[in-house]
Amino acid sequence: MSSAAPAPTALDGIRVVELSSELGAFAGKLLADMGADVVCVEPPEGSPMRGYEPFRCDVPDPEGSLYWWHYNTSKRGVTLDLDTASGRDAFRRLVATADLLLECEPPGRLERLRLDHDALLRERSDLITVSLSPFGSQGPRRDWLLTDLTLLAGGGPVWSCGYDDHSIAPVRGGGNQGYQTACHYAVMSALTAILVREATGEGQHVGVSAHAACNVTTEMASYHWLVSRGTVQRQTGRHAMEHPTLPTQIECADGRHATTGVPPRTPPEFARLHEWLIELGLEAEYPEAIFLRMGAERDGIDLSQIGSDDEVTAIFAAGREALNFIASRISAYDFFTGAQQRGITVGVIYAPEEAMEDEHFRARGFPVAVEHPEPRRDLHLSRRTLRVREDPVAHLAAGTPTR
Amino acid sequence: MKSSALRHIRVCDFTGQLAGAGSTKWLAAFGAEVIRIEDPVRKGLWDILRAMPPFVDERRGHDFGGGFNNHNVEKLGITLNLRTERGRELLAEIVKRSDVVAENFASGVMERLGFGYERLRELRPDVIYVSNCGFGHTGPYAAYKTWGPIVQALSGLTFTSGLSGREPAGWGYSYMDHTGAYYQAIAILLALVHRARTGEGQWVDLSCTEAGLTLHGAALLDYTVNGRPMRRPGIPDSNRSQSPRMAPHGVYPTAGEDRWIAIACRDDREWAALAARIDAEWARDSRYAGRDGRIEQEDELDRSIAVWTQGQDRFALQEELQKAGVPAAAVQLPAERIDEDPSVTSWGLFPEATHSKMGRVRVDGLPVHFSKTDWHIEHGGPCLGEHNERVYGGLLGLSPSEIDGLRGEGVI
Repeated sequence: MSSAAPAPTALDGIRVVELSSELGAFAGKLLADMGADVVCVEPPEGSPMRGYEPFRCDVPDPEGSLYWWHYNTSKRGVTLDLDTASGRDAFRRLVATADLLLECEPPGRLERLRLDHDALLRERSDLITVSLSPFGSQGPRRDWLLTDLTLLAGGGPVWSCGYDDHSIAPVRGGGNQGYQTACHYAVMSALTAILVREATGEGQHVGVSAHAACNVTTEMASYHWLVSRGTVQRQTGRHAMEHPTLPTQIECADGRHATTGVPPRTPPEFARLHEWLIELGLEAEYPEAIFLRMGAERDGIDLSQIGSDDEVTAIFAAGREALNFIASRISAYDFFTGAQQRGITVGVIYAPEEAMEDEHFRARGFPVAVEHPEPRRDLHLSRRTLRVREDPVAHLAAGTPTR
Repeated sequence: MKSSALRHIRVCDFTGQLAGAGSTKWLAAFGAEVIRIEDPVRKGLWDILRAMPPFVDERRGHDFGGGFNNHNVEKLGITLNLRTERGRELLAEIVKRSDVVAENFASGVMERLGFGYERLRELRPDVIYVSNCGFGHTGPYAAYKTWGPIVQALSGLTFTSGLSGREPAGWGYSYMDHTGAYYQAIAILLALVHRARTGEGQWVDLSCTEAGLTLHGAALLDYTVNGRPMRRPGIPDSNRSQSPRMAPHGVYPTAGEDRWIAIACRDDREWAALAARIDAEWARDSRYAGRDGRIEQEDELDRSIAVWTQGQDRFALQEELQKAGVPAAAVQLPAERIDEDPSVTSWGLFPEATHSKMGRVRVDGLPVHFSKTDWHIEHGGPCLGEHNERVYGGLLGLSPSEIDGLRGEGVI
């Protein structure tokens, strides 16, 4: 963390009380990283997340869970026992100082404790409460259990992800994307409710359903069904579609993968691809190079003629194959930068740490060091994503709360 | 009735596809006046979804793309030819009246159009300008182009989705178009909160790839603190859970072709409940009683569970396991989660919107409900230039004959 005075942040002066939960921790983190004073409330025995792997130096330690650290940056931490009268009283006093309560308690629990939104209006009449729950606070499945895996399976994303071979199970994308999708909606809701309060002075209650959040985060799978009752089928490394499409993922010479995206379609793209092949000294090894030259010399390529016009079909196929051929002869990174420098949109498939080490993200200041009160070294966290000009909100306040 | 939440906000909207249009969809559903600016010469087809399948019937063309309709409900649409001097003058008038300018062009496009941040700020000193592109507006890759799968590849999200010993499975859709749109909406809302409290506008330079790179949970800390990379033997294996460690935790086959159920046991108690339901000798194996033992024998455990689930109805099994206190969910097909899931129908998650040409079409709604100022979706996405009269007449005060003149001159 730099020694310069912290820059102003977008949510300076907004206080959030977060009842700590696995489902909602990321929402609190996003608000805290953007400058809100997020007070994270744990039970006296600590959050279960403190027991989650991985640990610093692989030593189990309630202060050393990297899972806990990651999801709780920039927050302050307190413990309270809501099952005792004094705990509830302290909680009410805390809420009285807050703009917003973020909670994911089991549906009905806060009502039973008289700590629900309506009851808390006595402490703060313009309170905003964001309640994030697995399936909503009402409805037949309100008490159903969920993990990130079951959330993504029931909510739709898993159906669309996996391999061409459907004897292999469909796949959950890694990284807690189900929880995080729910939290993105919780944050949008919190900010929208804050804007309403800025304009009208009124707070309100917002319910967010994690299951519903994933259910509207499936792109074509939903709207192909909604519009024309089509069902998409999963494919390796590319969009699930109603009908199979050609592969776009290729293993490069260094054993890493790249995605080839949309093949060349315009004469200049064919010309640049052909020149690249020559520059790499590979033209003689690629027999279809002649079709690239033909593509470069045409006035245009009418994609609708693929399949009916032999020359157009051969040119288009040669472009796609040339990309695959080049990729098989150079590293995934060189393929990415070489193609992009020539205006051809492809991507290297990075592991997360490779992305974080990449010169582009370093040049933009993406990884930032934060101080943690306990360990003796700085930690490089991935920074929140918003780079703000003019009035930079760029400031990651502190480490994670300790009890 | 429109939502009143953001009715005081006007957005000059250049966004397209899902990565951009998804962000202003949120604002529009909460009552903001979102004005899509589209190019009459190219029939608005910079946003290719305008003319892409799915279609409601046999009609085709730039007013019939099903995805476009889904992402642009409750927005106004106007045409404006920025190659013309008059077109640029009209845009300047719209910017003066807008709180927010949003776009997801490649970096540098707004500058070339003559409407970079400095110009926008001249027109409206407290303007909020949010740009959303793959790599952001600075850095070595600023000129590189992306779309959803490229963003996912570069940010690590393709890599971390897959099974052990296999190539990446990646995401079977543009997850980062959805999520890039969420971050763009968050950026706009944050900047609006800041302006409401300070009077200051700003430019937010959002890089969609950086947004994706923040979504790896503790994996990056495991690398920076413990020196453990994600590229290592056996990893990723994303149907299993490494953080926290759980077993069993997987997607298992059920009755029917390509039908599956996800089951996770977070602790020994949930495993005991599952083992009781399985009620077989192998499930009572003492090696499985504790989490570490189950993790050690995870391959064998998964094989046995798959044999048990095979042949069972996934919805009946889901009900039974939930009742027994075990997290489980059928891998739902679109039809099942949209039309038959009781938690979704009671939520009203897929409202019908009326499109001027397509008629009534169901669209993705929002997974939230506000007690006082809830969202409202009634109108479908705008046809090309559908609201020219309303915006040029109502907002800018031009007369019908002036608007006709603009049309004749190819300005709108």
